[in-house]
Amino acid sequence: MDIFVQLTVAGLSDGAILALAALGFVIVYKASGVINFAQGHFLLIGAYVLFAAIVDWGLHWVLGVLVAVLVAVTLGLVVERLVLRPLVGQPVISVIMVTIGLTYILLGIVLLAWGSTPLALPAFIPSDTVGILGAEVGENRLWAIGLVVVALIGFGLFFQRSRQGIAMRAVADDQQAALAMGISVRRVFALAWILAGVSAVGAGMLLANLTSVSLDLASFGLLVFPVVILGGLDSVLGVVVGGALIGLLRQYSAFYLDRELSEIRIGGIAENGITGTAELVPYVALVLILLVKPYGLFGQHRIERV
Amino acid sequence: MLALSNVEVIYDKVILVLRGLSLEVREGEVVALLGANGAGKSTTLKAISGLLPSEDGEITSGSIRFGETRIEHRDAADIVRLGISQVLEGRRIFAHLTPDENLRAGAYTSRNGSLKDDLALVYDYFPRLKERRKQTAGYLSGGEQQMLSIGRALMAHPKLLMLDEPSLGLAPKLVTEIFEIVGRLNTELGTTILVVEQNARLALEVAHRGYVMEGGRIVLDGPAEELERNPDVQEFYLGLTETGERRSYRDVKHYKRRKRWL
Repeated sequence: MDIFVQLTVAGLSDGAILALAALGFVIVYKASGVINFAQGHFLLIGAYVLFAAIVDWGLHWVLGVLVAVLVAVTLGLVVERLVLRPLVGQPVISVIMVTIGLTYILLGIVLLAWGSTPLALPAFIPSDTVGILGAEVGENRLWAIGLVVVALIGFGLFFQRSRQGIAMRAVADDQQAALAMGISVRRVFALAWILAGVSAVGAGMLLANLTSVSLDLASFGLLVFPVVILGGLDSVLGVVVGGALIGLLRQYSAFYLDRELSEIRIGGIAENGITGTAELVPYVALVLILLVKPYGLFGQHRIERV
Repeated sequence: MLALSNVEVIYDKVILVLRGLSLEVREGEVVALLGANGAGKSTTLKAISGLLPSEDGEITSGSIRFGETRIEHRDAADIVRLGISQVLEGRRIFAHLTPDENLRAGAYTSRNGSLKDDLALVYDYFPRLKERRKQTAGYLSGGEQQMLSIGRALMAHPKLLMLDEPSLGLAPKLVTEIFEIVGRLNTELGTTILVVEQNARLALEVAHRGYVMEGGRIVLDGPAEELERNPDVQEFYLGLTETGERRSYRDVKHYKRRKRWL
């Protein structure tokens, strides 16, 4: 039972972080139809910039977070302006290839600047343990869940209430009609990329706080794809549900599935038993979902009046 | 108020759609722009509203003046801010938003006006929308969507409202209702209106003046009543003949008569 609660909290906090990162992906996809494969690598930038600000420059963590957010905004703007705007009207595949190229550029920048050794970020969110249902769980995991919930509510209000948020949804629905309303589609695209940057960098910072600052964060970031495929590429609700499901799936399989499989030996291949199913299971889920429900759990259905 | 002079529009750098079109809309008028399919009516509206670049169209010569301002190379957002709103053909509402949100998207450019008053005004003209303001707009009926589309354009406080085929795909009763409201917008709010329409009879009923387009230019213009009496317009757009009866196709010298215009 203890273990189960711990795994659940860990899964939900992982899921929350994934949901936050995936939200940026969904925003870009909805607004401009671009599939941004670099979204996972934006996380890296968040974590490393935060590390640089706090450790290398000795800034207070509040300032460090501000710096990271500023970098996120710039990153979003630069990517949109220099990389994607020239590609407007080009085939989808070129845009996808460009975002894949972008992942390697980001990875390269991080390698050049910080090397590949994992770095430890001084904890800036309380990391004591607290008891829930008799289990000891890290306070920082609860903080992560709480902060993401606040962020998601913030994003939700932005899209429901604000002028700019409604304009973004309008552009997602019908670009030309939005243009006829005087909405600047370019500005909406730029804003979408800014939000993508901020959400991923935010997720990267939370993740760095839970684990360490390393290149492995990128492979965690890649999990946004199972999340958005599961939830539906264009659904904000799907991101939340998909994030939670993938997060839980990973943690449960890391413990229960690995335990079941640890006795299995296959010739000379798995000499110490099969472990690390957590890395595999989300992608199995991705394939299954694509086979069974290609639009995901909450993907948008085209509205047709009957 | 609005004056187009010798406007030429080319799509995709090769297709010449408007071939020296000139027309004028005076303040407070309702002007109908009539013509067959492919005559360039929608292109004319998009040239005015700055939407051509989004379809690879380009104004290659001529001028468009709105008041004192040259607008032929302004972008769409600027033109909306100057006071020209276009209701696109085929309604084009934001289907996944609610009517309320559609209207608020329409108010994107009006920063100073009170959103509440504007919403109240639109709901006053289109009470049906008010009942459904929180539903998904994509599921509204065709008539309601057209009303929403017009209401959305009104949110920007246009001085000139351009309607592209507001009767498209609607039941005759609804078409009458919508044209009645268009007439009221003109008399009550003083909005100048330029309407593109296939339903020439209805359009000429509401309009003060009309233009007839053919092959990318204006071939006929005049006060609405005069156009209604014009034998060519009667035959080609109102479906009437000199005797008021149907005639055999053999007798109709369509080709010859149309050719006079070109």
